[in-house]
Amino acid sequence: MNAGASNQDQSLVGRPPKALVALGAAYMALLVLAPLVMVFVEAFRKGPGGFLEVFALSDTWAAIRMTLIVAAIAVPLNAVFGVAAAWAITKFQFKGKSLLLTLIDLPFSVSPVISGLVWVLLFGASGWFSGFEAATGIRVLFATPALVLATTFITLPFVARELIPLMQEQGADEEAAAVTLGAGGWTTFFRVTLPNIKWALLYGVLLANARAMGEFGAVSVVSGHIRGKTNTLPLHVEILYNEYDFVGAFAAASLLAGLGLLTLLIKSVLERRFAGELSASRRH
Amino acid sequence: MPLVVKGVTKPYGETFALNGVDLEVADGEFLALLGPSGSGKTTLLRILAGLIQPATGSVTFDGEDLLALSARDRRAGMVFQHYALFRHMTVAKNIAFGLEVRPKAQRPSKADIRTRVEELLRLVQLEGYGDRYPAQLSGGQQQRVALARALAIEPRLLLLDEPFGALDAKVRRELRHWLRRVHDETGVTTVFVTHDQEEALDLADRVAIMREGRVEQVGAPSEIYDAPATPFVFDFLGAANAVHGVVDGRWLTVHGARFPAEPEDPQGPVTAFFRPHEVDIDPADGAGFPVRIEAVVARGPSTRLECRAGHDALAVEWTRGRLPDGLRRGSTVRLAPQRYTIFPDG
Repeated sequence: MNAGASNQDQSLVGRPPKALVALGAAYMALLVLAPLVMVFVEAFRKGPGGFLEVFALSDTWAAIRMTLIVAAIAVPLNAVFGVAAAWAITKFQFKGKSLLLTLIDLPFSVSPVISGLVWVLLFGASGWFSGFEAATGIRVLFATPALVLATTFITLPFVARELIPLMQEQGADEEAAAVTLGAGGWTTFFRVTLPNIKWALLYGVLLANARAMGEFGAVSVVSGHIRGKTNTLPLHVEILYNEYDFVGAFAAASLLAGLGLLTLLIKSVLERRFAGELSASRRH
Repeated sequence: MPLVVKGVTKPYGETFALNGVDLEVADGEFLALLGPSGSGKTTLLRILAGLIQPATGSVTFDGEDLLALSARDRRAGMVFQHYALFRHMTVAKNIAFGLEVRPKAQRPSKADIRTRVEELLRLVQLEGYGDRYPAQLSGGQQQRVALARALAIEPRLLLLDEPFGALDAKVRRELRHWLRRVHDETGVTTVFVTHDQEEALDLADRVAIMREGRVEQVGAPSEIYDAPATPFVFDFLGAANAVHGVVDGRWLTVHGARFPAEPEDPQGPVTAFFRPHEVDIDPADGAGFPVRIEAVVARGPSTRLECRAGHDALAVEWTRGRLPDGLRRGSTVRLAPQRYTIFPDG
């Protein structure tokens, strides 16, 4: 279960050739490390003052706020849906189970641009839901609801995908035992199921959140890029860059990069401390 | 009979997991459901627990319709093969669970729950283990906690699904006798699922042998061992030899040798079953039918002869060192079963 120890145990074949190690290191440095370092180097090109300049813009704060709002709606929605879907799939037998599994995976396999475009088509002038705005007075496209819809779609698989293998592994015996001992459905869920999956759930929420805040493609299609109104942080970075405000673009991007690093940090803490309570695929 | 199962069926795909099960369990009785995997014994147990609903049939307890009650209202304590302890709760919390989830009006006080948990820990010989987590216990200890947890709700019915299936042979035998003692102390009506015939015969007041979704025979262990109703039961209860022969009047003829038959035995072509250790071996010219010894295998406390008579492959077991002299591969001897059971062919 412990990550480090088992890896060392397996390195009994001797030392790998130095040239291969160098090649691997160079590959990682070029493709992963260099871009990451680049973000921070460019962000601080004009010193701390230049870095902070972009955070004086009200549009930047509007973009941050929008990103937080969208994530604050999309992530809890998918946490609830993910738990419900994983619970249904792993604890019960029903028709259409494999179809549901495939549908959950769909957002992973579809291009983000398509994920955005479907909402434009659905709520557009000739779409199925074109009458929605007239009927309710709620603007969907090029407004917050579309951003939430697109982000929710994109991040739908994360929690469910994290929980299903773990809950499959755990089986339904503990729940069956709880029921025979007189526990009702909710008691069983909150006192038996949820405590068993809490770390995996947090892990899934973390990944979903990182994706929700960083999503560009789908959000770009449905947002309309209205400054201060429908821009999220990734879209704001693009606008700054297109306007040749490179330092501003990278400074804003460093916020996203920082979020990524923080996610990674919490993720590895979870993997180290709670390996036994994450699904098998996460115990490396 | 408090527990009465009548005509229970449960389809499974194209076939039946249960295909018309009738069964009665007496008050305070320890009944074993014995059968090979796929015989429906676990399905039946889960129906008793309320985890599965049968398609047809009835299940009553003291005249009350159990099928109308949900699993949580049945007061049927269940013990699972893989323990199914709540892994994030201590042993004490596990045992207390069934009491703590009761509606407020029926819930015992905290002090009463603590006392009850202590009592149960003593009963399952795990005093002082209340603060441990399941992962810190051995398999045998975990299963004892699971039993204490099931007994905490004062069940009117205790259901055990291959409770020792995941344990090694030695622990298994120890727990078997211990479980029987716990049963005798608590007196709770118990249904025990196993595929291990030795376990069933050793432990239960009565054994119900299941096959392909039906109960093939029910009876006290000695009853079904001595008078198996079908070739399947005979075969399932232990190593068995089958020889083909013919019954004519009061005689059974097997490979040229005659043995007495009872008036109730079938006439015509038959198969006679006997146990490998219930055979006399005679020199080639004695009583019995001739067989050729194909192998002599020493296994633990016994020596096993593998023999052949025509198309019938037979095994004979003798206490090691007590085997008559001069038996080796290739020699011919005569076998005379001391006890045999005759079933009609076809």
